[in-house]
Amino acid sequence: MSTEAQPTSHGKAVKTVSGITVRLCGDSGDGMQLLGTQLTNTSALAGNDIATFPDFPAEIRAPRGTRAGVSGFQVQFASHEVHTPGDTLDALVAMNPAALVTNIADLPKGGLLIVNEDSFEDKDLKLAKLKVNPLEEPAMENYRLIKVPITRLTKQAVAELGLSVKEADRCKNFFAMGLVYWLYGRNMDATLRYINGKFGDGTSSIAKANEKALRAGWAFGETIEALGHSYNIEPAKLVPGTYRNIIGNQAMAYGLMAAAHRSGKEIFYASYPITPASDILHELCKYKNFGVCTFQAEDEIAAVCAAIGASYGGQMAVTSSSGPGIALKTEGMGLALMLELPLLVIDVQRGGPSTGLPTKTEQSDLMQVMFGRNGESPLPVLAAQSPADCYEIVQEAWMLATQLMLPVIVLSDGYIANGSEPWAVPDVAKMTPITVAHPTESNNPDGAFMPYKRNELLARPWAIPGTEGLMHRVGGIEKEDGTGNISYDPDNHQKMVNIRAQKVANAAKLLPSQQVVGPQSGELLVLSWGGTYGACLTAVQNAQAEGCSVALAHIRYLNPFPSNLGEIISRYKQVLIPELNMGQLRTLIRSRYLVDAIGFNKVKGKPFTVTELQEKICEMAKSGARSPTHSKAS
Amino acid sequence: MSTALPVLKVEDFTSDQDIRWCPGCGDYSILAQMKKVLPEIGVPPEKTVFISGIGCSSRFPYYVNTYGVHSIHGRAPTIATGLKLTRPDLSVWVITGDGDALSIGGNHFIHLLRRNVDLNIILFNNRIYGLTKGQYSPTSIEGQITKSTPMGVVDHPLNPISVAVGAEASFIARSVDSNVKHLAYTLKRAAAHKGTSFVEVYQNCNVFNDGAFSYAQDKATRDDATIELQHGKPMIYGKDRDKGIRLNGLNLEIVDLSQGKVKEDDLLFHDEQANSTLVYMLSRLRRPDFPEPIGVFRAVESQTYEDAVRGQIDQAIQQRGRGNLQKLFSSGETWKVGA
Repeated sequence: MSTEAQPTSHGKAVKTVSGITVRLCGDSGDGMQLLGTQLTNTSALAGNDIATFPDFPAEIRAPRGTRAGVSGFQVQFASHEVHTPGDTLDALVAMNPAALVTNIADLPKGGLLIVNEDSFEDKDLKLAKLKVNPLEEPAMENYRLIKVPITRLTKQAVAELGLSVKEADRCKNFFAMGLVYWLYGRNMDATLRYINGKFGDGTSSIAKANEKALRAGWAFGETIEALGHSYNIEPAKLVPGTYRNIIGNQAMAYGLMAAAHRSGKEIFYASYPITPASDILHELCKYKNFGVCTFQAEDEIAAVCAAIGASYGGQMAVTSSSGPGIALKTEGMGLALMLELPLLVIDVQRGGPSTGLPTKTEQSDLMQVMFGRNGESPLPVLAAQSPADCYEIVQEAWMLATQLMLPVIVLSDGYIANGSEPWAVPDVAKMTPITVAHPTESNNPDGAFMPYKRNELLARPWAIPGTEGLMHRVGGIEKEDGTGNISYDPDNHQKMVNIRAQKVANAAKLLPSQQVVGPQSGELLVLSWGGTYGACLTAVQNAQAEGCSVALAHIRYLNPFPSNLGEIISRYKQVLIPELNMGQLRTLIRSRYLVDAIGFNKVKGKPFTVTELQEKICEMAKSGARSPTHSKAS
Repeated sequence: MSTALPVLKVEDFTSDQDIRWCPGCGDYSILAQMKKVLPEIGVPPEKTVFISGIGCSSRFPYYVNTYGVHSIHGRAPTIATGLKLTRPDLSVWVITGDGDALSIGGNHFIHLLRRNVDLNIILFNNRIYGLTKGQYSPTSIEGQITKSTPMGVVDHPLNPISVAVGAEASFIARSVDSNVKHLAYTLKRAAAHKGTSFVEVYQNCNVFNDGAFSYAQDKATRDDATIELQHGKPMIYGKDRDKGIRLNGLNLEIVDLSQGKVKEDDLLFHDEQANSTLVYMLSRLRRPDFPEPIGVFRAVESQTYEDAVRGQIDQAIQQRGRGNLQKLFSSGETWKVGA
């Protein structure tokens, strides 16, 4: 969907398109993440819908110019709703040969390729382990290649400011930014505000240099003949409201703060640094004036246990990590489950097992959080579906934790933790409270306080130290229901195991039922969870547009499953479960509903592309030949 | 507003639970002294929390009628830290053992001490794993025959006091389960200290390691085998108080006071605020070459962790005002989408 290029007063034509996907890549020291973030914010401010995918190496500074050191940032901005950062690129900006060769495969024929030609010298080629300059390869004819001497032009642009060679060189990402801004009709104001905020008040030479580089990049776009026209992308039609761009981990922190506000609590956030969860800690520690107390513990175990201590004291306790750290927290989570105290455990998943792929995304901790504890130890598990959804899901988790008195696990993943999208700024005044009560009087007037006497949801009272007459002891040893005293009685143990399981099951009563996008019955149901939402939704919608009988049920509540899920599954002939793991939800679904669900699985550290999902969906929906193999879904 | 404070009694701190330690266990004595001093300390039961890990000693919270958490192995210091950070109004005690604090929980132990959280940690040291029925512990002595070391322990033992000095604990003391007067005094000192108070208690496990500390317990030997540290006093010990400790260069040495050649003034005078090198040297005094010090090794004032952490929160509120959620959410670059 695009209009013919229209000439403007500048002489160059503007072509209106519905959406653009750009990837910016370069050395991890080249400031690609900054460039991407700025382009994202600027596009969001222009009213486009956006989705981003930052992709960076685990090494802080891998050797310069090498393939290992390539850092990328992909953004899709559009005048329609977008749910993914895009499969295929409209444009690729490559700042060096390593970036070019590791990313060119994703640029289709005819795509726009902008390179910094100054960084294709022999030494650069050698660092990228290239014998031949890729710019001289015949394959380059497949692309609209624009060779820009970015390093040289940046130096010229900032020459009068007397910066060192190194300082001047570091401005080149802003030159690239200026060129991209011109190309897509982006307004430079927000980035200029950023430059002046970040590098001084506009009088510092670094701020001036970055501004000059940015403007020089823009001017270059306007001037160069090879770029015949620029693009225009109209604002998207989002639900009315005030929006801002939000990153997943930031949304998680905001959600925690909203949950604290709604429950009249202050946050105690205990964690140990780990990629990709640390940004939640970085965000929260900025808000001490909200009463937020952050604790960087000596290890993952100390983090979860400190949170348990805070919860025992009546605070809103949260701990977070990624897969390896969650493994260490396992015993502590079991203790919290036994103590029946509210606690949030956030797992921002990454590629595993072991250290795995720290900066890459995966959905392979589902089984760990479901079953990775000794004994019969179920816990509620919720999963965010997008960056902005982190804000919502963590509040639902806190609601469950307090109403049921148990730890609740929130799953995120590297893809949504670092990705961003527009977020409708909520109205704080309209928030509903999460009711939390601490008893002040004994529930057993004739005797000792009964810490494990339960309400209709089977939740025990959250009596906190400092309350006269309610002194009680809790512990990890099995306890007698009601009194909480140590008990080795066989029937009591069975009863307590049943109660703890039923409490988790009761969560379904507090959560909304499962919704379906698409026909309420038919050939194929796609069941997805977590950060694959955007790709699955887009693929399903595209398949529907192709005439396929397919619907999407994206599950945000993984334990317990929504109470109507089995009934939904039974209305479709086939079930497809795409996951960035080897079939963990599929195993759960097959076991729970006795349905012959088919998996679509990928563990490459990368999100799904819409194309690959759509192909699989259409293949299954159109086959129709498969006989339904499930009949016992309940 | 003045309300007459009710006088607290031992019964106020006695829980209704049956005590399940082996008859003759040193833990009974520690529990009795704790219950004796708690009313004197004057913090009411509802403001007192006992937190323990796993092991025989860790059953302790069930036997005092306060708030309590019997947690998991080695982790009591972390739970206590989280509680104290968020509830500085509470009086928190950590009850632990040699395996709990120094083996499985060794990491948490040193970090608790270096942070100086205002709580009291009482380590029941019996040089053995009791609850798991007799394996060697990190304080078992070399050569000790245990269920898991039929040919004797080959590990070098950890010295809890030395570890505490290394972690720069602000209060370090040692007492003996059977020395009830000294134990009660030491527990009270620990409670009075602001910051992490670490007390090692020599505790007899009469089932798996009976007599491990008989030298420090028996009337016949204890005066020669131990030396009581008293702030500002010369280091004198012995049944006839005829032996002393003198600093000679960078070494401590035993001197004979009976001959009149060495005077009291030549001895080392104990100073609870002495530099940690000297405290470390005291911690190394070991049988059989030296008497083992009991008493307060070190008591220095330093900012507590929760004061520092809460202080930053207060400071942030003072400087920036109480946070406004709506303002925060609406901050940064926003745009409006019209209807």
